[in-house]
Amino acid sequence: MKKVFVLILLAVVGLYLSNTFNLISFGDNRVGEVVEETTTVSGYYLKETPTKSEVANVVTAIVVNYRGFDTLGEVTVLFLATTGLGSILFRRKEEEEGVERLSKPASSLVSTGSRILFPLVVLLGVYVFIHGHLTPGGGFQGGAIIATGFLLMLISYKNYKVSHSTLGWVESFAGISFVLIGFWGLISSHSFLQNIPQVGELNSLISGGVIPIIYIAVGFKVAAELTGVLDILLNIKPKK
Amino acid sequence: MMALIAFSLMAIVLVAAAIYAVLQKDLLYAVISTGVISVVLSVFFFLMQAPDVALTEAAIGIALTTIIFIITIRNTTRYEDDPKDNTLEKF
Repeated sequence: MKKVFVLILLAVVGLYLSNTFNLISFGDNRVGEVVEETTTVSGYYLKETPTKSEVANVVTAIVVNYRGFDTLGEVTVLFLATTGLGSILFRRKEEEEGVERLSKPASSLVSTGSRILFPLVVLLGVYVFIHGHLTPGGGFQGGAIIATGFLLMLISYKNYKVSHSTLGWVESFAGISFVLIGFWGLISSHSFLQNIPQVGELNSLISGGVIPIIYIAVGFKVAAELTGVLDILLNIKPKK
Repeated sequence: MMALIAFSLMAIVLVAAAIYAVLQKDLLYAVISTGVISVVLSVFFFLMQAPDVALTEAAIGIALTTIIFIITIRNTTRYEDDPKDNTLEKF
């Protein structure tokens, strides 16, 4: 009986979803004409961003500039999640004796491959968050890619250590600089995280005001947090 | 027409991988199947002109989520119905 109700519920939800999506034909232009006077919200962003914020990537402008406070909240959520996980699962040095991250050493193919790939992966991550205002990607994506690089090293070398105090310093410095940039906008302009200086021109590396600086801070923060999480999780002693 | 066929094939792979992940008793295979879902989803996002979301899905969905689930499986059990099984030897 319960399953029948679930099926009926799913059918009703599916019917209304399909009706909604059938109104819009697949691949249709829903943005509207950018040049028009009265345009849609997305049309407004596409039209105003290149002139007002001088950022080539409109998604970045929305994430860091128009909705910068949301991004600060997201970073805080990630920070709190990491802190909670670390406070529950982190092991002190004395307890670390019996902990083995790998029950077997990785094969030489894996370890050599990850030693070659590690700098390239980190380079890709840094590229993604430095060019966040020009190309797709940004702080979160770049940070996650860098954490993946550290993960490669962690699972292929038994005695590869990441220093949690360094990670903590990087994380705190990046978070504090994000908030300080926000206060700078509050002081020099009228609102928190306001984008102030207009140095450089559209489509060049130095452009977009504080947006690249914020994204670099977010990239460092996310990379440090995710690397710390992975190291803590890999160091859990598996139950015998 | 070609695009429609390609989209339909990818959608079939997506749904098939999702159903496999639900039905599979070996949790390691199920987790890898969710990784396949992320791969297809990331290609979908890229083709639907959302490269930012595609990058996020590729970095987090394929690599980090999968590895965190695998660590969880290592520390708990590998098979759904066997609570006494310990997978430490098999890693």
